[in-house]
Amino acid sequence: MTDVKEKGPEVTLTLPADTGNGLKTQEMIINMGPQHPSTHGVLRMELTLNGEIVTKAIPHIGYLHRCFEKHSEAMNDYAKVIPYVDRMDYVAAMNNELGYAIAMERLMDIRVNDRVEYIRVIMAELQRVASHLLAIGTFGLDIGAFTPFLYCFIEREKILDIFEKASGARLLYNYIWIGGLMNDVPADFKSDTAAFVKSFRPKIKELNDLLSMNRIFIDRTANIGVLPEKVAINYGVSGPSLRGSGVKWDLRRDDPYSIYDRFEFDVIVGKGEMGTLGDCWDRYIVRVWEMEESLKIIEQALDSMPDDGDVQEAIPKKIRPPAGEIYCRTETPRGELGYYIISDKSTSPYRIKARAPSFVNLSVLPAISIGAMVADMVAIIGSIDIVLGEVDR
Amino acid sequence: MQQFLESFLPAGPLVVFVFSIIPLMIILVYALFAIWLERKVAGHMQDRLGPMRTGWHGWAQTIADLLKMIQKEDIVPAKADRFLFKLAPFIAFAASYGAFVAIPLSSGYIGSMIDVGVFYIVAITSLLSVSIIMAGWASNNKWSLLGAMRTAAQTVSYEVPTVVTILSVIIVTGTLNLMEVTEMQTGNAFLGFLPSWLIFHSPFMVIAFGLFFIATLAEAHRVPFDLPESESELVGGYQTEYSGMRWGLFMLTEYADMLLLSLVGVTLFFGGWNSPFGSFMEGPLWGAFWMLLKGMILVFVMMWLRWTLPRLRVDQLMNLCWKYLIPLSFVNLVLIALWEMIF
Repeated sequence: MTDVKEKGPEVTLTLPADTGNGLKTQEMIINMGPQHPSTHGVLRMELTLNGEIVTKAIPHIGYLHRCFEKHSEAMNDYAKVIPYVDRMDYVAAMNNELGYAIAMERLMDIRVNDRVEYIRVIMAELQRVASHLLAIGTFGLDIGAFTPFLYCFIEREKILDIFEKASGARLLYNYIWIGGLMNDVPADFKSDTAAFVKSFRPKIKELNDLLSMNRIFIDRTANIGVLPEKVAINYGVSGPSLRGSGVKWDLRRDDPYSIYDRFEFDVIVGKGEMGTLGDCWDRYIVRVWEMEESLKIIEQALDSMPDDGDVQEAIPKKIRPPAGEIYCRTETPRGELGYYIISDKSTSPYRIKARAPSFVNLSVLPAISIGAMVADMVAIIGSIDIVLGEVDR
Repeated sequence: MQQFLESFLPAGPLVVFVFSIIPLMIILVYALFAIWLERKVAGHMQDRLGPMRTGWHGWAQTIADLLKMIQKEDIVPAKADRFLFKLAPFIAFAASYGAFVAIPLSSGYIGSMIDVGVFYIVAITSLLSVSIIMAGWASNNKWSLLGAMRTAAQTVSYEVPTVVTILSVIIVTGTLNLMEVTEMQTGNAFLGFLPSWLIFHSPFMVIAFGLFFIATLAEAHRVPFDLPESESELVGGYQTEYSGMRWGLFMLTEYADMLLLSLVGVTLFFGGWNSPFGSFMEGPLWGAFWMLLKGMILVFVMMWLRWTLPRLRVDQLMNLCWKYLIPLSFVNLVLIALWEMIF
């Protein structure tokens, strides 16, 4: 089923074949998207179908291309790039900002104080929970379960409320700045976050009862879209999609950035409980339990977060980093987000490139979807959890 | 009923017209209510309110939607088969409306006392799949076609368990006429207090009802068997290219079908228009009330399932039907026949 070596095939239809009873059959090419309810945005899949069985699947991207790199290079201000990175993975904007801020701080050799680090980690982990909630909810929606989607959204709203109190925005925050934060968190940030963590724990169990352990849901997702460990590594898949295949790889643990080395948490990997290792259900359940781990990190961070500290380091208004280049990678909810920045001592990057996890993860889609049915395609796309804003940038 | 109408209307076509339009009125009013109910059920199950702006708790939302749909442009895709495309929704609705003729809505009303009532209903509801294939084919859209092909397979398969479970009821009743089936269930015979509905007749009847209900879910294309129009896979299935009132007719058909199959279930298993309290609250009008109330309860269960369960895949749907439902329903048929022989 999984042929790794296969190149992007040119679409040629088989000739009409005689079935022996006077009727003829032929493969059918069908466009899934860009206007399709379950392609998570504007992904276009060119499917070659034999009946309902997919024989070839070619993703076409670029419908949401917004020239992130070129824009950033012409922005004439490093700080003004942050709203752009927000808009790459728009459901996990905090993580994108964090990655960019860390890359810039490493390039400029700035160290931020502990309070900033703790707030950043809490924000990033809250965002991870919010993003996973969205991924889980829409995955259920793809399978046909409408209600869990809204249950997930209720919880996500609570996280967005916390973000709104801190940054004023609910989706694209522009909150984590180079050398600090936009502003300090409000006074009740700690209690709000602690209350959310407390109220959210039981909801994970509820979600598992409602969706994860639902027989129909398991039937629809187990043994579907199996991504073997080797294939995942060969394609450079990262994040929950990689861990769903049983690879214990999480940058927060394996290449710690910020202050992640101070926290105790497990790296969740798929175990193939319901079917084969690396199937859609494994990728899904990894996200569910990762929310639990994120809660652990948030709790530890809340306990040891210092109460004082300036959230803005003294950095010049116009940032002119020393000439040089940096590649810095962080773990976003979708995987390994890397920023490659070349500075030529001017006020805007000479070159900036984002290694977007969604883009790389999407590349594995043709390899794992051959032999699936149209309904499985929806499950596979949902389980890889791509955000088209990040795929196209 | 007919005599009652003739008492104040001149006999002839007018009486027949009024007589035959009653189910249509019921369907239309019910559809207005059921679509609103579906939204409210969905809303409250999902921790939100559902429609609230149009009237008290949004009761007029369906009417507002209806007015919107009527005003919409009647779009026929350029390369569609115009005739079939326009015809399909009407056939779909005619199929489910036509089936109401054999349903005894109360002790005083049945459209036609045909002796093969159940058989007629099974036969005419099959027309629905014809109209869906028509719609899917005529749309000249690959998604529609896939949806239509799924429907054909699904409806043909699930008719088998439906018919076999109905057959097992017929073994007990000995008649296909639904009015007679209902009349047999009058009174409180079982254990002194249970109404003498067929579901209490033997344990196997409960199993038969379970099988029947699952099969009707598939016949009415409701979750978890709503593959023909599964919006997250097939965009809109056979409805993809439809808009405005033609789409509205498909919607109306879906809800009419839910009511129809629920009413068949009620008639076969839950005593039809019989009151659950013996002779208390009995009579033709109360009969209609009980019939529709019981039907609505089953419709509500369908809605409840819809907002709880995910959707099966097409091959799993076929597996469920051919590997589980059909053998089970045949075994159940034999057991019911044995029960009838022994007791």
